[in-house]
Amino acid sequence: MSLIEITEVRKSYGTNEVLKGINLDVAPGEVIAIIGKSGSGKSTLLRCINGLETITQGAISVAGAQLLDDEVHLKALRLKVGMIFQQFNLFPHLTVGGNVILSQTVVKKTAKAEADAMARKMLDRVGLGHKFDAYPDELSGGQQQRVAIARALAMQPIALLCDEITSALDPELVSEVLAVVRELAAEGMTLLMVTHEMKFARDVCSRVVFMHEGRVHEIGPPQEVFSSPKTPELQQFLGVH
Amino acid sequence: MNYVFEFGWLAQYYPQIVKGVLITLELIAIGAVLGISLGIFCAWARALGPAWLKPIVATYVELIRNTPFLIQLFFIFFGLPSLGLQLGELTAANIAMVINLGAYSCEIIRAGIQATPKGQFEAGASLAMSRFETFRHVVLVPSLQRIWPALSSQVVIVMLGSSVVSQIAAEDLTFAANFIQSRTFRAFEAYMVSTLIYLCLAVLLRQTLAVLGGFIFPRRLVR
Amino acid sequence: MIEFSTWDILRNLLLATRWTILLSLVSFVGGGAVGLLLLFLRISKRKMARAFAKYYIELFQGTPLLMQLFIAFFGLGLFGVDVPAWLAAGLALILWTASFLAEIWRGCVESIAKGQWEASASLGMGRLQQMRYVIFPQALKIAVPPTVGFSVQVVKGTALTSIIGFVELSKAGTVVTNATFQPFVVYGLVALIYFALCWPLSKSSQILERKLNVAHRNH
Repeated sequence: MSLIEITEVRKSYGTNEVLKGINLDVAPGEVIAIIGKSGSGKSTLLRCINGLETITQGAISVAGAQLLDDEVHLKALRLKVGMIFQQFNLFPHLTVGGNVILSQTVVKKTAKAEADAMARKMLDRVGLGHKFDAYPDELSGGQQQRVAIARALAMQPIALLCDEITSALDPELVSEVLAVVRELAAEGMTLLMVTHEMKFARDVCSRVVFMHEGRVHEIGPPQEVFSSPKTPELQQFLGVH
Repeated sequence: MNYVFEFGWLAQYYPQIVKGVLITLELIAIGAVLGISLGIFCAWARALGPAWLKPIVATYVELIRNTPFLIQLFFIFFGLPSLGLQLGELTAANIAMVINLGAYSCEIIRAGIQATPKGQFEAGASLAMSRFETFRHVVLVPSLQRIWPALSSQVVIVMLGSSVVSQIAAEDLTFAANFIQSRTFRAFEAYMVSTLIYLCLAVLLRQTLAVLGGFIFPRRLVR
Repeated sequence: MIEFSTWDILRNLLLATRWTILLSLVSFVGGGAVGLLLLFLRISKRKMARAFAKYYIELFQGTPLLMQLFIAFFGLGLFGVDVPAWLAAGLALILWTASFLAEIWRGCVESIAKGQWEASASLGMGRLQQMRYVIFPQALKIAVPPTVGFSVQVVKGTALTSIIGFVELSKAGTVVTNATFQPFVVYGLVALIYFALCWPLSKSSQILERKLNVAHRNH
């Protein structure tokens, strides 16, 4: 039984079709890396799953919640999938704790004390419990991204979408974020990540999706995809000759 | 409400309206050209001018920006004659508009000058240009281009604000509306019609200035 | 002819200034409330609401305030109501102020990074919740300097209400001039009183903006 079902999804901006019929089923606990050149549609696909982009055709469902373009359905879907962004997107006017508490109290109507406890727990989980009262601009990029992960986790999603979450980080800060993701994967969280970290994809992911010109060009377990790429496009992308 | 709208007076009074529109246009044309020129001078003085000039220009700008145009107009038209300076109503209106726009455009243009990358001044200096030559030949045009949209909006604001010159009997569009309503007692219709004309003038003026901007600044700004 | 001392003139003008201040406050507060409503329409998801707000703003910013005052004064009269000048003045100024504040505030809302909308959406917040908890608190901070700055325009705008016969500072200036035949002194004093009202507002707007810019640079 698939957790995320993506069926014949198409997405166009005007006459420019960026997704040309994507099919992808993700089982619970799977960790999927989506790789490909920029402009291949990988980020768009991820954003469609969360309803940040409306799809032109096709269907997406997450644990039975259909992606439909109205607030009720979108909310139901977004409660099941969390999203982490390249630019962190923390709320600058709130403390770290406030960032993690806000959507719990506002969206899920969790009691303040309970949300507070959950926030502390999630911040501890990403190793930032001591930064509860700090503001985002007092943190390093890696710390901000870990707060963003805690913020998404506090909503207790069943899957996480990670959109190039280490691309905006200085090289020395990448590993602390990846360590958190690695732990989540080990705990059985379903993850869909667009990434440029090939080594990470090889080590952690259960499947790798190579996207090219709006299509799933090649898909398979990492050993297969990385060691014996079948298509010339993937070979070129990986630099294998 | 059992009021019947009546626009029959238009046939008889349209020459007044046309005359009013022309005077409004004349006022803003002269006001814009001289006002922006004054603004350029004041902006230069405030940003790069001699130290003794800066406080004088600053006082002028602050005084104008913090008092109503109507009072500036009354002061010039009613107040100055007691100093022996008798002005016709159109001249007074023109002077008031130039002084008013001069102060506002000074601040807008100054912002444009201050946004000039430092390298431009340094490049000018390295080519042995004086500070004024650098301003005149290197800094001014890109600065104006940077703030052209804001300057255009200000010109439109001054054009709309010019409707109060009717209060010193300058025969602009508002004067025409007042005249018509006093003759026909069709106040609401007269003001409706002139308001619509003002709206069209505002849209036209904005577009004219945008086209003009395209002519004056044919190249895109490079940073 | 009665002799007026400068003090007599000033006293009369200052008494009328109360009405300028009161009208400014009413216009600003009322305009703020209507402006907030317009802002919601302007950034609404409904096309009709957006178009309405857009044309409202276009209309009130594209026509002279004086004409709006005339239409309020004479137009309301058509409904058989005898409109007092203060009512027409207040109404027109509120509607005019609203159009400018709505547009200023829209700029502030739109300057909030798109990522803030996306992050809050991805956490399941509805549009109102996004505004209430994420966008407005941030927009509010950058909205303060230009809003204070615009209050100067409102104070100056009240001068036009003298033309439809509302007795405030400008009207008092005309009345006193007619009694004293000293236009130079009277209008000079009127200008100075307006300056005393407006300059602190202008200055604080500038200071607030500078503070905000410094805070932003440190981020």
